[in-house]
This record gives sequence, structure tokens and C-alpha cells, in this order.
Amino acid sequence: MIYDGSFDGFLSCVFEVYNLKLHQVKIVRSNHFQQSFFGANLEISVDSHKADRVWSALKKKVSAKGQSRLYYAFLSEIPQIEDHLLKYIQYALKSDSPIDTDFTNENVLKVSQVAKSVGREKHRMEAFVRFRLSKDHVYFATITPDFDVLPLITKHFRSRYADQKWMIYDLARNYGIYYDLEKVDKVTLDFPASFDPVKTTEEFFSGEELEFQILWRDYFSSTNIPSRRNLKLHLQHVPKRYWKYLSEKQPNG
Amino acid sequence: MGICHSYTEDGRCVSLLKILLTNYCIFDCAYCVTRKSNDIKRAAFQVQEVVDLTINFYRRNYIEGLFLSSGIFKSADYTMERLVAVARKLRLEENFNGYIHLKSIPGASDELMKEAGLYADRLSVNIEIPTKEGLALLAPEKKREDFIKPMVKVKNEIIQYKSEKNIIKSTPKFAPAGQSTQMIIGASGESDQQIMWTSNYFYKKFNLKRVYYSGYIPISYDTRLPQIGTDVPMLRENRLYQTDWLMRFYGFEVEEILNNDNQNLDLDIDPKLSWALRNLDQFPVDVNKADKRMLARVPGLGMKSVYKIIEARRFRRLNWDHVQRLGVALNRAKYFLECGSREYERRDLTGIQLKSLILQNSNSKYRRALSPQLNLFG
Repeated sequence: MIYDGSFDGFLSCVFEVYNLKLHQVKIVRSNHFQQSFFGANLEISVDSHKADRVWSALKKKVSAKGQSRLYYAFLSEIPQIEDHLLKYIQYALKSDSPIDTDFTNENVLKVSQVAKSVGREKHRMEAFVRFRLSKDHVYFATITPDFDVLPLITKHFRSRYADQKWMIYDLARNYGIYYDLEKVDKVTLDFPASFDPVKTTEEFFSGEELEFQILWRDYFSSTNIPSRRNLKLHLQHVPKRYWKYLSEKQPNG
Repeated sequence: MGICHSYTEDGRCVSLLKILLTNYCIFDCAYCVTRKSNDIKRAAFQVQEVVDLTINFYRRNYIEGLFLSSGIFKSADYTMERLVAVARKLRLEENFNGYIHLKSIPGASDELMKEAGLYADRLSVNIEIPTKEGLALLAPEKKREDFIKPMVKVKNEIIQYKSEKNIIKSTPKFAPAGQSTQMIIGASGESDQQIMWTSNYFYKKFNLKRVYYSGYIPISYDTRLPQIGTDVPMLRENRLYQTDWLMRFYGFEVEEILNNDNQNLDLDIDPKLSWALRNLDQFPVDVNKADKRMLARVPGLGMKSVYKIIEARRFRRLNWDHVQRLGVALNRAKYFLECGSREYERRDLTGIQLKSLILQNSNSKYRRALSPQLNLFG
């Protein structure tokens, strides 16, 4: 089954699995799809009613924590995670008592582990997102998270920065979330050719922006205590792939 | 939940803008880099500058909030007034909802402390030197009573706030994150017993949320102190934090770990293992029957493992396989636990033999620092 990559799309597929009484199904997002020799391909379009019916049925059988784990695991976009999710859902729907802590089931375990990784990435993004004030008074940040965590960090930033316009853009997935002082919307931007997301240039950002970055870097270097250096611990907390977010870890310039 | 926006190269989380309002100081405490007699550049922020920095860093998600301390300029009250002014401006003028931690300046008036608590989340005053003798030697101008005064005021205001809150819901908050303090380790020749008994006293008397232990970093050639070039006592600091955890989360009384017969902690093993080796008559502990208190005393069992064991016990009788899968550090626990299905491991070994066995089979991150001692048993 091929779907559009959205959560509602995935749930629509689950609906059809039960509706058409299918066995041996693989659910694949359209951009992961590769032709195979076996089996027929079925394209499923998003149907929010069907998706709602599946989710309501699930809510009766799965705890709030379990539901959240399902959603988090889905956002991981790991290839074939849909198969584990489907089997988890089938297990949950056919059991009388809650199965979300039955970690002897390989699908329950896998969903829980993947959800945990996504949760960690969400927490890291809430920590490492750094805003820059643009010329049109929007606090702008770019990220390239391992998983699609933008839906998960929206609430945090909306309540924290209720009185400033902000945008967080996922450069790898080419979409972002924008808060206009009232609500948060999904947006897609077409960057002008001269825009380099990593650099802070006067063309796009406010004059004082660079100054605050320099102040922050000065502050950070002065908090360092050389006689207590522990690079192993440091890397444990901030693996090298996150260094691009931290202006204090950039070579000077 | 604390969010660490960055980490220093020594592994500490950077979550707040932690600054001195000024490094001018009228006092001359020997252990302090900003002591009056030290020839360094002195500077001071203006109140508004601190406010602007805090707000701009916060809006960019660099920090969770502000941690503001200061050298003492002119007088305790003059300094404290300015700290309170920063907090007041942040809360009332800028509508700042982030975290504010203010230092209580020793000797500050009750009125100032009362106002500080209305704006700050946490207040703290560092007692720095654990003993009266040490303080008299290294900071003769200061008296223990000066440190205590703001602690008492804040403690009482918190108690009053909590009781008023029950009656009047709209009672303005007072220092919701409580009080804390800090002691310097290794500057005044104090024993671990003196440090932890002082810590215990402060936790109990002032309802502190935390006591911090900071290894002394030598900054002068003053003969009253360890010389520049002396190592920072990081391992000792770690063992003290482990003891602090045992007191607060594992149900130990401080006298069990440190007393007149045991005035200093072992450096090569953690304090709980140390206690267990001195009290072998309390073991083995039956993993299927023991209560939470005794399970928590088994070396290799952290509180999380204790809870997992208690939960898992509801469903089935536990054997060594189960215990291992729960993530218990069996290389230590196996000498102190019994599990029904396998023979008890201790085999009448003495404390010293057990310690040597455990050390040989462990991969402590401090192995390099301790290797001369380990070879004695090897």
C-alpha cells in the first residue's frame, strides 16, 4: 500500500487493511516506494473520516502514553516503521487488556524504543534551536533534525515566545512552522539564491544580531574551566552532529 | 524540566546566563579570585544592561534564565538592592517568565530578602567554608551569622507563603524553587565528615533544595591554601555527591557513612559499597522478599532498579536472569543479593577480599587515577 506520508494517510491505510481484510501487507510512503516483483500495489488516498475511525478505536484500547508513542514512532520516518506500527495496532485492537507495556512483543518493544529516540531528538531541538532576528522582526531558526519533530516542538515554542513572531524551518524536509502572534501555521519557503542558512548576513538579519552572537560566544568561552576539562563527557552531551547549531562551536567568523 | 542549551568542555550544562553584577568587592576572602587584594581588572554592569542581555538571550533560546551574583560593592544592602532591581525590572517591565536565581548577599536586610523572593525562583547563599575555624582563617572579616541571616528569612517567608496559599489562592509566589548553598572542597583542610555533617545540618535546618560541592581550583600562592598547580579534587567531589544522594534518596543517615571512625570517604569505591563492606552482617538481601529500604542498600542497585524489582515482583518470582535484564550492576550486586535459583555468591569472603575482587572486575572511569592503589591488590 502506498500513501502520502502523513499520519492521517497512514491511518487511512490501516482502515483499508481491516476494510478489505488484507493480510501480508506492507505500508510504504510514496517517496520510499520501490517497485517489487511480488504482490500488487495499492495507492491509498488520505481520508480523514477513515483515519478518525481507526484512531477512535485505538483510543479505547491504548493508553494516552501508548498513543503518543505510536505518533512519535511514526514521525521517525524510519523505513518500514509502518509495518511495526501496523502490527502493534492489530495486536492492540484484538486484545482485551492494554498491551502497551508488553515489551516481550517485538513490535511493542520496537515502537517504544523508536518513540524514545524521537523524544530525545525533540528535547534536543528544544534545547539547540537558536533564533536570529530577521530584518522584518521575525525570530528565525533553521534545524535539520534526525526525525520529523517540528509537530512535536510547536507547543513548547508557542507558549514560551507568545509575544514574538517566530519561525522554525526544517532545512532537510523543506517545511517550517510560523507563529504570527495568534496561531502556528505550516509554511514552505523559497529561499533566494543569495541566502545561506548558516551565515548571518546584514542582508537578511537585523544589525544587532551578529553582536548578540558575539556576546554569546564570549560568554560561553568565559564559562569554560580548563582545569576541569572532560571531552568525553562533553561529547556525550553534545554529539558532533549537533555542533552546527551551536554558534559557540563554530570556528571564529 | 531543565533544558541545557549548551555544554562546556568540562561537561557542565549551560542553561542560564550566569554572571556577576560586578567583580568589585570590599572583602578579602583568600579563596576568591575577586578578593579585594587581588590585582585584576574590575568592571560593573548597569542594571539595565543585565536586563537587556537576559531578555535578548532568552528570546533567541540561548538560555532558560538568569543566575545573578555579585561581589560586594559598598555594602551588602547596596549590592542586594541592585540584584533585586534587575529581577524586578525583568518581571514587571519585561514580563519575563523565565528562571531567575539570585544570590542572597550575606548580611542583606530582611526587607530586601522579602522583595527578592517575590521575583526570584531560587535564592541561595554560599557558605563556602564548612567549618568556623576554616572561615576564621580564610575570610576573617566574615561571620557565620551573616550567611545564616538571609537563609533564615527566606526559610520563614517560604513557610509563610505555603500556609497563606492554602487560604488565599492568589498569594504571590515566594521563591518557588527554594534555597540552596555551596561548599568549597579542599581549601581548608576539612574532612569529608565535617563537610557532610554540615551539609546534613543545612538541609534539615533550612529545608534546602540542594547543597553543591565545588572542588577548590587553586588561584593564588597564599600559604593558607593549596598552591597553584595542585589538582582539583574531582574524584573527592564525585564521592561527596554520591554521599549526598545516599542521604537524600536512599534513606541513609549521614552518620552511617561518615562518623568518627570513618572521617573520610574511600576514593576507590563508592560510599554505598564502602558501607556495605563494613556491614556484611546485613547481607545477603533476598531480592524477592526484602523491603525497599534494604534493596536500596545493595551495591549495584540504583533506585530505578529498586522500583523495577518491586514492580516486576508483582507478576513473577525473580531469578538472576530477570535481575540482570532489569539492568542491575551484577558485578557488585551478586555478592550482596540472593535470588533463590543460584547459590549465594559470597562464599565467606572478608570485606577486604570482596573489595579486591570487585575492583579487579570493574571498569571504573577513574581506573587511571587510582592505578597505583589497584596494583597493591592485583
